[in-house]
Amino acid sequence: MSGYRLPQGGVVDRARPVSYSWDGRPLLGLAGDTLASALMADGQQVLGRSFKYHRPRGVMSAGPEEGGALVTVGDGPHREPNAKATQVELVHGLTAYGQNAFPNVRFDLGRANDIFERFLAAGFYYKTFMGVGRGTRAWMLFERFIRKAAGMGSASREADPARYDVVNDYCDLLVIGAGPAGIAAAEMATSHGLDVMLVEQDFALGGSLIGSAESVEGKSAAGWLGERVAGLKGARVLTRTTAFGLYDSNVVGLYEKVTDHLPAPDPSLPRGNLRCVRPARVILATGAIERPVAFGNNDRPGVMLSRAMSTYVNRFGVAPGKRAVVCGNGDSVYADALALAMAGVQTTLLDAREAPSHELVEAAVAAGIEVHVGRLPIEIRGWNRVRGLMVGRFERDGHARPEREVACDCVGVSGGWSPAVHLLSHRGNRPIWNAEMACFLPGVLHDGVAVAGAVAGNWATGDCITAGRAAASDVVEALTGSRPRAVKAPDPGGWANPLKPLWEVKVRRRRLKSFVDPQHDVTTADVQLAVREGYVSPEHMKRYTTLGMATDQGKVGNVIGLALLADALDQTIPQTGITTFRPPYTPIPIAAFAGRARGAHYAPVRETPMHKVQDDAGARWTDVGFWKRAWYHPAHAGEALDEAYVREARCVRENVGMVDVTTLGKIQVQGPDAAEFLNRVYVNGFAKLPVMKCRYGVMLRDDGMVLDDGVTWRFGENDFMTTTTTAHAATVIAYFENLLQTRWPELRVNVASVSDQWGAVAVAGPNARKAVQAALAEGDISNEGLPFMGVIEAVLKVAGGEIPVLIARLSFSGELAYEVYARSGHSPAMWEALLARVRALGGSAYGTEALGALRIEKGHVTAAELDGRVTLEDAGLGKLASTKKHFVGNVLRKRPDLTRDDRPQLAHFHPVTEGESFSVGAIVCESGKVEGHGIGWITGVTASPALRCSCLGIGFVQGGYEAWEGREVVLADPVRGYAVKARVASPHQYDPKGERMHG
Amino acid sequence: MLRIPCPFCGPRDHAEFSYEGDATVAYPPLDASREDWFEAVFLRANPCGAHREMWHHVQGCRAFVVVERDTLTHEIKGARLAHRPTAEAIQ
Amino acid sequence: MQRYNALSVLWGGLTGQRHWKKVWGEAEPKQHYDVVIVGGGGHGLATAYYLAKEHGLRRVAVLEKGWLGGGNAGRNTTIIRSNYMIEGNTEFYEHSLKLWENLSHELNFNVMFSQRSHLTLVFTPSQRDAMARRYNIMRLNGIDGEFWNQDRLRHEVPHLNFDGGRLPILGAYVQPRAGTARHDAVNWGYARAATALGVDILQNCEVTGFIRKAGELVGVETSRGEILADKIGLAVAGHTSVLAHKAGLGKLPLETHKLQAYVSEPVKPLIDQVIVFGGFGHFYISQSDKGGLVYGGDLDTYNSYAQKGNLPVYADVAAAAMQIFPCLGRVKLLRQWAGVMDMSMDGSPFITKTHIPNLYLNAGWCYGGFKATPGSGHTFAHTIANDEPHWANRLLTLERYREGRLIDESGHGPVPKLQ
Repeated sequence: MSGYRLPQGGVVDRARPVSYSWDGRPLLGLAGDTLASALMADGQQVLGRSFKYHRPRGVMSAGPEEGGALVTVGDGPHREPNAKATQVELVHGLTAYGQNAFPNVRFDLGRANDIFERFLAAGFYYKTFMGVGRGTRAWMLFERFIRKAAGMGSASREADPARYDVVNDYCDLLVIGAGPAGIAAAEMATSHGLDVMLVEQDFALGGSLIGSAESVEGKSAAGWLGERVAGLKGARVLTRTTAFGLYDSNVVGLYEKVTDHLPAPDPSLPRGNLRCVRPARVILATGAIERPVAFGNNDRPGVMLSRAMSTYVNRFGVAPGKRAVVCGNGDSVYADALALAMAGVQTTLLDAREAPSHELVEAAVAAGIEVHVGRLPIEIRGWNRVRGLMVGRFERDGHARPEREVACDCVGVSGGWSPAVHLLSHRGNRPIWNAEMACFLPGVLHDGVAVAGAVAGNWATGDCITAGRAAASDVVEALTGSRPRAVKAPDPGGWANPLKPLWEVKVRRRRLKSFVDPQHDVTTADVQLAVREGYVSPEHMKRYTTLGMATDQGKVGNVIGLALLADALDQTIPQTGITTFRPPYTPIPIAAFAGRARGAHYAPVRETPMHKVQDDAGARWTDVGFWKRAWYHPAHAGEALDEAYVREARCVRENVGMVDVTTLGKIQVQGPDAAEFLNRVYVNGFAKLPVMKCRYGVMLRDDGMVLDDGVTWRFGENDFMTTTTTAHAATVIAYFENLLQTRWPELRVNVASVSDQWGAVAVAGPNARKAVQAALAEGDISNEGLPFMGVIEAVLKVAGGEIPVLIARLSFSGELAYEVYARSGHSPAMWEALLARVRALGGSAYGTEALGALRIEKGHVTAAELDGRVTLEDAGLGKLASTKKHFVGNVLRKRPDLTRDDRPQLAHFHPVTEGESFSVGAIVCESGKVEGHGIGWITGVTASPALRCSCLGIGFVQGGYEAWEGREVVLADPVRGYAVKARVASPHQYDPKGERMHG
Repeated sequence: MLRIPCPFCGPRDHAEFSYEGDATVAYPPLDASREDWFEAVFLRANPCGAHREMWHHVQGCRAFVVVERDTLTHEIKGARLAHRPTAEAIQ
Repeated sequence: MQRYNALSVLWGGLTGQRHWKKVWGEAEPKQHYDVVIVGGGGHGLATAYYLAKEHGLRRVAVLEKGWLGGGNAGRNTTIIRSNYMIEGNTEFYEHSLKLWENLSHELNFNVMFSQRSHLTLVFTPSQRDAMARRYNIMRLNGIDGEFWNQDRLRHEVPHLNFDGGRLPILGAYVQPRAGTARHDAVNWGYARAATALGVDILQNCEVTGFIRKAGELVGVETSRGEILADKIGLAVAGHTSVLAHKAGLGKLPLETHKLQAYVSEPVKPLIDQVIVFGGFGHFYISQSDKGGLVYGGDLDTYNSYAQKGNLPVYADVAAAAMQIFPCLGRVKLLRQWAGVMDMSMDGSPFITKTHIPNLYLNAGWCYGGFKATPGSGHTFAHTIANDEPHWANRLLTLERYREGRLIDESGHGPVPKLQ
C-alpha cells in the first residue's frame, strides 16, 4: 500500500481540487498541496531515479533537502529540470515528469547499474577507462556514454521566455524564516517601528506550526499564527522567497517566486524577483533540517524523514501508508508517531535509546502505538517499495543484531536535527560541534547577524518564540536606543531526554546497502572505501565519493558522512573537520540573476545624436564597443560594403565627404594649471599651445606604453577640450581624475566629460572648405581665417535658423579637413545642413570603413595598432616625445627591451603580385621562415584607390620598414589558408609632406 | 557586496566603484629614477589582512576614496577622500 | 604503485573493494630534504613528481598548509587550452598541453582530460580580425587552431543564441585539442605517482617562516617543526606574496584577487565544448561529466584572500550566460565559490630562480593556472634541479618587468584586475 488522502485534516482546501498531470496522466490534487503531497495522496510512490544506480526513489522529505522526488516541471521552453517535488506548489495545469529514467521512472532500464553496483564503487572511474598506449582517445570514447548516463533532468533547448526582475531592497531588519522564532522576531521589531522584511521559502507562514496540533502560548497553533501574522502589518512579508546567500556587509540575496503558483499569471508579472537586500540587521530563524540514519536499503520509496511523515499528515492530510514504522534516536519522533496514529495509521515506534522518558512512551502507547526501545532499523525489505523492515537491537560492540521483521509500507527515520547554519557559513562563520545535541551550532556571529530558534539549537516551540523576541529586542535597542522589555534568550536545548547519536546501523558479517547521500548514491561503503584509500580529509572524501555534491548540497548527508569519517578515523567530529556550505542555499534559476539584462538589453546601445538622420538616409551600421557607427552609406539600395567604401574614400580624396565623429571622447580641462596638467600628461608640449589652436597629442601609461591619442583644443588661457579615441573615452577621463585627485592634488584643474554634450562631424576633401564655408552664416575658414590646426567659433545655417558651432581644422584622412562641433541637440540639423552642401558639390557621407581606408593609406594609427603593447616608436610617433619636459611614462618607456631597434614598427604592406590579397591578423614572416611568432603582423587592410592598389595593409614589422625595404616578406594566414608574398613600404606613402591637408 | 562609505555619498555598493589598487603606493616625481618608477608601477605589498586601497566612485560622485579594508575578512574600517585639499576643506 | 586498470576494478568489485591501497601515504616530516616544495596544489605536486621522476631526486617533500589540492587546484573551472599569442606563453602552454595529452597514462590515474575543443565566440568583425593574429601564431607554432563560421557553428552548437542577443554571433575560433579535465583527479594522480617515487606529502604543514644559516636559506619553519632543505620552491598561487615576504623576497609584481566559479545542477548533455567569449563581458562555460554546467567570468576586481563569492559579478556572469545560451534560464545555479589568484602585472606567470640563492618561485598564474599544471611542474622541476630554466619557461622570468619584455596577452598593462 502507498500513500492516500486522509478523510480529514490538513490545511489543504478540500473544496478546491487542482488538476495537474504526472508523466502525461491527468491527476487531481488540492489547493495547498505540493506536487509531492498530491502525488503521495494519489498513491504514486516511485517519483525519481537515483543518479548512478537508477534505484527507484520516492518522497523522502517535505522540504528543500529532498533527495528522492526530483522531477521535471513544465514543457517546451518552460521546462525546468531537477525541481524538488516537495517545493513545487501545486497549480492548475502543472505538468510534471519523472526524469533520469528510460522508459520511465517506474520501470527504468538503467537499473541494470544497480545490479553491477559492486563494480561501480566510489571513484572507480579514476582507475579505468584510460585505454592503453597514449592519448585521450579511449577515455573520450567511454566518456561519451558516461555523460549520457549522468546528468539528472534535461534542460530545454529553447530560450526561457519568462522575465525576471532584479530588485534592490533596504530595511532595518531582515528576518529569514517564518517559523515561530522568525514570526515572533518580526512582530516585535515591527511593533517598535522598525522597517522589517520577513522572508519565507514556503508558500505558507508558520514553519513547524503549520497544521500542528500543539498549543502555543495557550492558543492553538493556528490561532497563535493568525494573531501574530495580524501583528505583522507594516512589515514586508515575502513568502515563496528564499534567502539563498549571505554576503559581505550582510547583504542578502533573495529569490522570490512570483508566478509559478499562478494558473494564469498576469503577463506583466515577472516569473521571479532576484532581490538584493542591504539590511541594517539580520536575524536568521532558518530552523533545522532533520537527518536520516544510514541503514540497509534506506532509500526505498516509502522511507522518509520522520518529520516529513507527520508534515504530510498534519499539513496536507495525506498518510504515507497504512502501516508505518517510525525510527529515531530522540524525542522528536514521538510527535510524528502520534500524528500518524491519530490519522489512523498503524504505527510502530523504534527508539534507539534504552530509556526514553516515561511520559513520551506512555502517551505513545496510549495512542495505540507499539513502542520498542533500544531498537533500530536494520534493513528495508522490498524491491521497488517498502514491504517490511528488519528490526534489531544494539549489541555491545555497536553492531546491531537482527531480531525480527516488521511488516510495514512506510518508514520514518530521524537521526537528529541539523540547524540550518548554511547562510552563516557563506560569510565564513565556522559552526561549532555540539556533542550533546549531536549537531553543528552557529559559531561566533558577525556584527549585525543574530540567530533564533532551531538554527540556534532551541528545540521547543516556546523557546523558539522567546529566542525570536530576544533577538528582535536586541535589534530594536541597537537601532532605536530603547530596549523594549527584557527578554532573555533561552539556552540551546529543550529535549526531555538527550539524543543518542546514531549515524549508521551496522550488522556483523553482512553488507548492507546503506545510503548516506541518496541523490548521488553514496553509501556507507563508499565512505569507508574513501578512508581505506586515504581520502580522509572531509573535502577529499566529499570529492572522491561525491557525497554532498548533489542538488541538496549535503543538507541530508554531510553530517552523517562526517560522522562516519570520524568514526573510521577513530576521531571526534570536531577533529575531523567541517564542510563549508556555499551559496545558494537552494538552487536558483540562472535567468533570475540576469534579470532584464537579456537579449538586446545585455549591454547598452549607444547612438550618436546624428544616428537617426543617417539611418533614415539608409546608412548601414556596425558595432564599435557599445556604439553603433555608420559603416557605410550606400549610394543605392544594392550597393555593397566593398563597393561603397571605395567610392566613399575616393570621394574624400577627390572631392569632399563627411563623417560622424561624435563617438570620440571629449573632456573639458579647465583651471589655472590646465596647461601644466596637459603638459605632464602628453608626451608632446602643450604649455605653449596658443589660444584658439589645437594640437595632436599622445599620452602614455605609467609603464611607458601608448595609452591614447587625440587632439586638444585651447579656447582660453585656462580652458581646454581634449578628445580621446572612442575606445578609451571612459578610461582617459578616469585617468585624468585619478592623476588630479591622487597624484597631483596641488594642480588646480577641473576635468569633466563633455562627450555627450557635443555632436561632431568631420568634413574632408579638396572641396571641404567650399562645402563648409557655404554652410556658414558667420565665420571665415579660409587658409588665413582658419589655418591648419586652428579653431574658430562660427555660426551654421540650418533649416529654420542658425546654430553656433566650433570648427577646428584638423585632418585624420590626410586631406584638407574640418571638424565641426555643435551642441548635441543641434547636431542632426548640423548633419543635414553640411550634407546638403557636400552633396551639392557631388560629395557624400562616408562611414567607418572608408574612414579606416583613408587612415590606413595615410598611415595613421588607431586602437587596432595601439593595443597596449605598443611604444611611441613602435607606432612611428617617437619624434613627438618632448625632450624638454617630464611626462607620464617617460621613465619606464626607456626600459631596455622597449628601446630595442628590432621591435616591430609601423609599416605598409603590398602584395607582390597585384590581385592577391591578405587579411587582418596575417603574420609577417621572413621568406623561408614561415614559423614561430614571425616578424610582425597586419592590423588593417583596405583597397586603396589613392595608392592604386587593390590591397594595402598596415601593420608592424621588426625593425620597421627601413629594415625591409626592397625585400620580400611572407604574410602567412594559416587559419584562412594562404600565404602571400608581400613587400614592405613606408606607412607614409600618401602625401608624405602633408601638402594636401595644409593646402 | 561590499558597502563602501563614500565620504560624499554615504554607504554605497562597491559595484558603483572602480577599484584602483593599493593606495599606499607613492608615485615618484616624473623625473625619478627608473627603479623608483618600476617599483611604484609593478611591485605590490599585497598583504593578507589590513589594506589601504583606492576606489573611484565612477557611478557616483567620481571621487577617489581611500578605503581601509581587510583583504581576508573584507571588513571595512573606514574611508576618506583621496584628494587631501578637498578632504580638509569639507572637514 | 598499485596499478589501476579495468581488471583491478573488476577484482575490486568481486572482493568488496578491499584490495585498494592508500592513494598517497601520510608521511612524517624528515629533518632534511633535497628539495622542499611549498604548496600542495597541482603545481607543487607536479613539481615534486617531475623532480623525482625526471631528475632522480629521492628526498623531496611537498608541504601543504591545509588539505592537498584544496586551493585553486580544486576550485577552478578545469579548462585546458594553449591558445596563447605572446612568445613565452605560446610555447609554454603548448608544452603543457602535450603533457596533458598523455597524463592519465603517465600517472596511471584517469584525469579525464577530454579534448572536447575550446570555442571563442566572436561578435564583431573587428573582434574576428583581432583574434586572427592569435590563431595564426598558434598555427605557425604547430598548435591547432581554426575558425568556424556561423554555419559550422550552428551545426556544432545549435542552441547558441546566434541572432537574439545584443550582438550576433558571427563565428568562433576553435582549438580542437583543448578541453577539460577532472581537477581533483589531477591532484590525486600526481600525489599518488609522486609518493610512489618516494616524495613525502605533508598535509596540515603550514610554512610559518624561513631558516637562514650564515645568510643562506637552509630550510623552513612549519607548523610541524623545522624542515631543512637544499632548495626550496614556492608554488602557492594567491598566497605567494605572503610567503615571499617571509622569505625576504620583498614585493613582487602580484596582487591577490578572488575569482568566482559556478556550477549548475546536473542536466543531461547540453554543451559539448568549452565555450568562451570576451571583449563584450567575459564568460566561459563547459559541462562536466556529471552534468553540471561549470562556468565563470571576471574577477571580483579587488584584492582579496577570501575564498567566498559575491553577488554583483555573478549577476554579470549570469547575464553573459543568458546572452549566448538563453535556454539555460531555468537551469539552476547550484553552488558558487571562489579561489584566490596570484594576478601578475602582465597577466602571465613566472617560473624562475630568485635573487635569493636556493629559493625558486612559481607564481603569477592569474586565472590560468590549472591548464598549466603539468607544464608548470615539469619546467619548475627542471629549473630547480638544473638551476636554469627549461626552454619552455625561459621567458617566464621576474626580470622581464624591469626589462620591459612583457608577456601581456590582453594589452591592459600593469593592472592586475584587468588581466
